[in-house]
Amino acid sequence: MSGRRRLPLAWIATVPFFAYTVAFLFLPAGSVITGAFKSNSRGGGWTFSNVTTLFHEPYRHAYIVSIEVSAITAALGAVLGFAVAYAMIRDNTPRIFRGVITTFSGVAANFGGIPLAFAFIATIGPLGIVTVFLRNHGGYELNQHLPLFTQNGVEFVYLYFQIPLAILVIAPAIDGLKREWREAASNLGASSWQYWRHVGIPVLLPSMLGMFILLFGNAFAAYATAYALTTGVVPLIPILIGAYYQGNVLDNPHLAQAMAFGMFVVLAAMMVAYIPLQRRAQRWAK
Amino acid sequence: MSLSATVWLLLAALYFLLPLVATFLFSLRRVQTNACCSLAAYGFVVHNGDFWHTLRVSGVLALEVIAISLVLFVPTIYWVHLKLPRLRPVIAFLALVPFVVPPIVLVVGILKVYKGSPVWFYDRPNGILAATYVILAFPYMFFSLDAGFRAIDVHTLTEASQSLGASWPVTLVRVILPNIRAAALAGSFLALAIVMGEFTIANLAQFHTFPIFLQYVNETQPYGAAALTLISFGITWAAMLSLLFIGRKRGGNLQLAGAR
Amino acid sequence: MAFLELQDLHRSFGSHKALSGINIQLGEGEFLSLLGPSGCGKTTALRLVAGFDRPDQGRIVLDGKDVSGIPPNKRDMGMVFQAYSLFPNMTAKQNVEFGLRIRRKEKDARRGRVDELLELVGLGHAGDRYPHQLSGGMQQRVALARALAIEPRVLLLDEPLSALDAKVRVQLREEIRRIQLELGITTLYVTHDQEEALAVSDHVAVMSGGVIEQMGAPAEMYTAPKTPFVAEFIGTMNRLEGTIVDGSAGEIDYDGRRLRIDAARGRANGERVLVLIRPEALELQAGGNGAAANGNTLSGEVLTQTFLGPVTRLKVSGGLIADMSTARAAALPVGSNVVAQVPAEGVQLLTLTDEALPALDPDNP
Repeated sequence: MSGRRRLPLAWIATVPFFAYTVAFLFLPAGSVITGAFKSNSRGGGWTFSNVTTLFHEPYRHAYIVSIEVSAITAALGAVLGFAVAYAMIRDNTPRIFRGVITTFSGVAANFGGIPLAFAFIATIGPLGIVTVFLRNHGGYELNQHLPLFTQNGVEFVYLYFQIPLAILVIAPAIDGLKREWREAASNLGASSWQYWRHVGIPVLLPSMLGMFILLFGNAFAAYATAYALTTGVVPLIPILIGAYYQGNVLDNPHLAQAMAFGMFVVLAAMMVAYIPLQRRAQRWAK
Repeated sequence: MSLSATVWLLLAALYFLLPLVATFLFSLRRVQTNACCSLAAYGFVVHNGDFWHTLRVSGVLALEVIAISLVLFVPTIYWVHLKLPRLRPVIAFLALVPFVVPPIVLVVGILKVYKGSPVWFYDRPNGILAATYVILAFPYMFFSLDAGFRAIDVHTLTEASQSLGASWPVTLVRVILPNIRAAALAGSFLALAIVMGEFTIANLAQFHTFPIFLQYVNETQPYGAAALTLISFGITWAAMLSLLFIGRKRGGNLQLAGAR
Repeated sequence: MAFLELQDLHRSFGSHKALSGINIQLGEGEFLSLLGPSGCGKTTALRLVAGFDRPDQGRIVLDGKDVSGIPPNKRDMGMVFQAYSLFPNMTAKQNVEFGLRIRRKEKDARRGRVDELLELVGLGHAGDRYPHQLSGGMQQRVALARALAIEPRVLLLDEPLSALDAKVRVQLREEIRRIQLELGITTLYVTHDQEEALAVSDHVAVMSGGVIEQMGAPAEMYTAPKTPFVAEFIGTMNRLEGTIVDGSAGEIDYDGRRLRIDAARGRANGERVLVLIRPEALELQAGGNGAAANGNTLSGEVLTQTFLGPVTRLKVSGGLIADMSTARAAALPVGSNVVAQVPAEGVQLLTLTDEALPALDPDNP
């Protein structure tokens, strides 16, 4: 196809699109990446100091916490999401559950940020309905075991949009498990567990890993929910970046950009792993 | 129904419904007595001028974002499907980039790059914010529209239309567009949900959108916040139901999730 | 005694009765096809035998033992599904090996058996390929090898060739039959393709609406169908509705014409009957205008000629279909007058009940 005269003209029609993405995606992203390496001193110039600062406290700790939170909620979200998705897809489960759960998952996956944080504060916060109920009926202090404004609390809340996202992503993959495989395995003598071990899980694995990566990225980038819940108590990178821009400490904007660059590196690494996995999963989905 | 399925579904129901129920109960409380039951919180919300103002700002913003997205993406994706199929994987890859550049990073870059731009763009939500939101909506728009285009036979429709004498714009508007209506609507509702819920960028860029108003109330009026939370939930729910309704009518796969 | 018995099987799904009393006896090493249109219950019956479903009533007896209560993974039957049944994450070899691994056979013994079976189905060279790298026909061969690997006592096949191209279908069905004969394995085969069933089976059971209409050897089913449905389903049939006018002489009245049919002898006068004549049994000759000669003849005009290769099918006015060699058909072009000789003997006669006759298949009149 290359070398034909038609091709260059056809490309022109896509210029507006590419121009737009360059203007509002690549340029800003690029500026952040380059800004990370700019020096804040009078003379300007390039430096690695912003990036190396990231390896020190409090940034190092914030990165670790961010990665921890993302990994834990991604793993839990994946496992729990799979369990719920499988439960609703199984043959014995009435059809209506799937429709209801899928719709609700669509809502819940988008229901993040401020309203979500508040909903949990209203439920298990210090004056939450459940907290008060347990306190009055049995003297059980929920906040001792499940404090909301901590890392664990944030993770617990994050699951509210992680699990539905997992359900939405893994359900088609579970659908892709052809009934014939299950029956053929059974016919050849395999028990339920043997089927899962030899066929079910291996086939689902690329999708599950891809889902984990998606969930990780989702949690890693989340800002609003953590903001509403903790306003600084739990050190997360997005919060730190936000704090810089809200006038707390704006002496070195390049440091904030370096933090953003750090996020970008983590997420890009995830993406690089995600794409071949997606391809593999699709190959088996037929 | 199997036992394990029942257990899992029950636990899921508990975890997901309890916060909503709790919020609802919270929203019914009277400010003075801390007890049930009053609709005062809802009254406060509904009579609050800021509520309607920010709702309108976000609503208009959403429509603007949807319009720009459709005008930008539909012809491009159509053209790629028709003439430049090798470009499609490139665009599909690009659609993943916004996941790698999260809103917090994007807003930092945008504010920096467009610092010197004219006031009508930089200082108004309908300028810089809308432009950024289009990028946020891009992946969802793309996957929806792409699925829609893959479901129809673009070549045959275009050739049939042209053989009957139609020009490009006419073909696009009168032949192609009606056939991808469901996909376009799906992408639009997702864009709506994103705009109505987007906090990060609006916060850092200091615009007063609906989610910003939500956080303000959250910090100052607990019972009002509860009412607002449910209203916000209701809006997202309405958008999703419309999505599902359209999806069921036209069949096919629809993307349903947005990152938070 | 029969090796595999289906005893009075009943199965309903909600208000739909899928099987109403199915009885089959299959001797060891025999090949029986369950033949019928979609929805007739043949797959349901097969799945009951395999154990993927439980009958509401009735039993399945294998070698004298009632297996109705045994779960599918313990029944020791090999099954080949219509499509998609190969495990996508395993190569052909690993797929075939699967049943043996489950049974914890020794690695060397496994390898030997796998190679042997892949050779048997003609895929010795393709063992390391994944299902998505194999054509439809090759996938089904692997599926067959996989089912045979565990040395099952019964082989079950659920429309294994339906998803394949026509040429592959013919090739593969012959191979399946060859392998089945070589191994002497009792086989139950489900299909909707009557030509396929007739070509490979020892016995054919034609099913409709959950019951077996007729069961017998292929030749018997073809020449002596016992019900209109079977007559219609197997091959093509001329159907002449007539009335007995003289039972002693075997004369019937058809559309004003008198025809002598041996099978009509001994029937009561006035009885309504259906005369069944295979297209190849109807001899056509060029006829004079209008006047039909005496004897068992019907006259008409050639409406269409359909070239089927060595044979040409002629459609004659009056609803008659006649097959003849293409060479001869050249002498009877469309529009020419013909006289059809109705054979008196070897023609099937069925009593017409008030039941509606099964609709003629528009694609295969």
